[in-house]
Amino acid sequence: MKYTIDEHGYYGKFGGAYIPELLYPNIKELEDNYIRIIESESFKSEFKELLKDYVGRPSPLTYAKRLSEKYNTHIYLKREDVNHTGSHKINNTIGQILLAKALGKKRIIAETGAGQHGVATATVCALMGMQCTVHMGETDVKRQMPNVLRMKMLGATVVPAMSGNRTLKDAGNEAFRDWINNPTETHYLLGSVVGPHPYPDMVARFQAVISEEIQWQLQEKTGNTLPNYVIACIGGGSNAMGAFYHFLEHESVQLIAVEAAGLGVNSGETAASIAKGSIGVIQGAKTMLMQTNDGQIIEPYSISAGLDYPGIGPAHAHFHDIGRTTVLNATDHEALQAAFELTRLEGIIPAIESAHALAALPKIQFTKNDIVVVNISGRGDKDMDTYIANMDTYC
Amino acid sequence: MNRIQQLFTQKQSNILSVYFTAGFPELNSTVRIIKLLQEHGVDMIEIGMPFSDPLADGNVIQHSSTVALRNGMTVSLLFSQLENIRKTVTIPLLLMGYINPVLQYGVEKFCESCKHVGIDGVILPDLPLHEYIKDYKHIFDAYGIQNILLISPQTEEQRIRMIDEHTNAFIYMVSSSSTTGTKSQFSDEQIQYFKRIQSMQLQNPLLVGFGISNTETFKQVCLYTHGAIVGSACIKALEKEGTLEQNISEFVASIKE
Ligand SMILES: Cc1ncc(COP(=O)(O)O)c(C=O)c1O
Repeated sequence: MKYTIDEHGYYGKFGGAYIPELLYPNIKELEDNYIRIIESESFKSEFKELLKDYVGRPSPLTYAKRLSEKYNTHIYLKREDVNHTGSHKINNTIGQILLAKALGKKRIIAETGAGQHGVATATVCALMGMQCTVHMGETDVKRQMPNVLRMKMLGATVVPAMSGNRTLKDAGNEAFRDWINNPTETHYLLGSVVGPHPYPDMVARFQAVISEEIQWQLQEKTGNTLPNYVIACIGGGSNAMGAFYHFLEHESVQLIAVEAAGLGVNSGETAASIAKGSIGVIQGAKTMLMQTNDGQIIEPYSISAGLDYPGIGPAHAHFHDIGRTTVLNATDHEALQAAFELTRLEGIIPAIESAHALAALPKIQFTKNDIVVVNISGRGDKDMDTYIANMDTYC
Repeated sequence: MNRIQQLFTQKQSNILSVYFTAGFPELNSTVRIIKLLQEHGVDMIEIGMPFSDPLADGNVIQHSSTVALRNGMTVSLLFSQLENIRKTVTIPLLLMGYINPVLQYGVEKFCESCKHVGIDGVILPDLPLHEYIKDYKHIFDAYGIQNILLISPQTEEQRIRMIDEHTNAFIYMVSSSSTTGTKSQFSDEQIQYFKRIQSMQLQNPLLVGFGISNTETFKQVCLYTHGAIVGSACIKALEKEGTLEQNISEFVASIKE
């Protein structure tokens, strides 16, 4: 119970559904039906089959030999980067598109930051023949152009969000507005464990496959299902939630969440919502967010479009609050270093988001026998412009 | 009896309530706008507390919020601007905004400040009924601050009845499934919705908001309800060239004739 929602959709004091009355029927419909649908045998078998035959799961658990030597411990990489479409986001979009179909929805909307969730949404919409609109901050449209073009090729309409800093939060606001204006036939396919109840719990269930696989994969490789550490980056927190899910009850497993510090947590240019945040309400949930004393949401900054969000999923706010997770942060510079390190040591170019998780490695004192799992939430193809621009400094 | 109930006792039809964003167009225009709206015969005023992320608002109110925040508007500053408002203004005044700035100000302190300056009610679109009842209703009640709840065309009958039960002022009827903004006329479907709610015989009066911008739309909703709330059209008027006095006088005339 400690790690799941209560009957009001709260994790401890975080969560709930702070939504305009206009969205009440939509949220209520989801709340009343999601457990029934996702626990039905037909849903479970279709979800499982698509994850296997379409996404390519299970994703490998790779022993990172040279990286392990460098940090003098045993590091395993959970390879969400090899999933179809290049990140963990597809696990959730497969789950939600099946749910939307079961609810009889005709049109799908989504927000996206890095474009990974947008691509994963456009992909499942193509697969299921559904109409798709993706809201994406105009700033992100410019810095993640390959993903914009992929979404268009997949048949989605990409709408640039022109409010605020024109990044992930603003894309989310526009998606909520779209839903208010199109309440009956549209499903809002939210991309992380954020937003009003039941999204945080629903998305967590779809991403839980990550830690479910880690357990048996570790058993095969080490004879033990439990690692000493699981490390993941957090924007909204869906890949971290998936990687932590089945380990939450096992208190011997240290769970490390890594936020984006941007130019530094105290630089004023950061996206570290736990380090710099306080409790409040953002996009339908009570959680930790970066805000002024007057309750205005502060525009975040990170080199990583996927982590450039001023809030965090309510579950993560709760786990941090009760001391179940350790929340670290990594700057743009540390993430870039880590991305180039993994590339040269293991031949894997990670997404800049995932590089934040890797950047935690030098910050933790491991022992020789520790088993450390790092979630590589996505691949770096979409970040090549950023990497090329920084090649001379980091190679 | 609170000021809102008094209004509806004295006047049962053609009520005009106007929304504007505090701190827009100028940081210190708040009090003048309130006085001018009263002078021109507006029945009730909703003073918007600007928020960085107004989820339920369309472009016009988003824009006014951005300008107001850039001008330096805050909840505390608004209360100090309103300190002496009851010396000259007698019509009901409401604050409208999003829950987060209220939480940071402190819900109890907020209700206390409302009572102190003479605010009669509050509209917080992202504070839905269940969260309100669970955590905040007892505080609002202790200070006699009315929490105004919204209904939309999608709201089920049973829920409308529940909202009616928890209200002692009026029900804010959102005219269509949409964010705020202006429309030039209403569809048959919307008229059906107004009639449907009218026939429910609720204990609270009904005011229709979202999409009312001219005499036609105002007259139309007044056929079925007690009146209307106009927001975006007022914001647009405040931004025109000319004095506040001229703009407000023309704006009120454009709605009421
Ligand atoms: C590869 C990758 N990792 C991580 C994230 C952050 O999202 P979350 O914290 O929900 O996993 C994103 C978001 O776009 C992403 O694309």
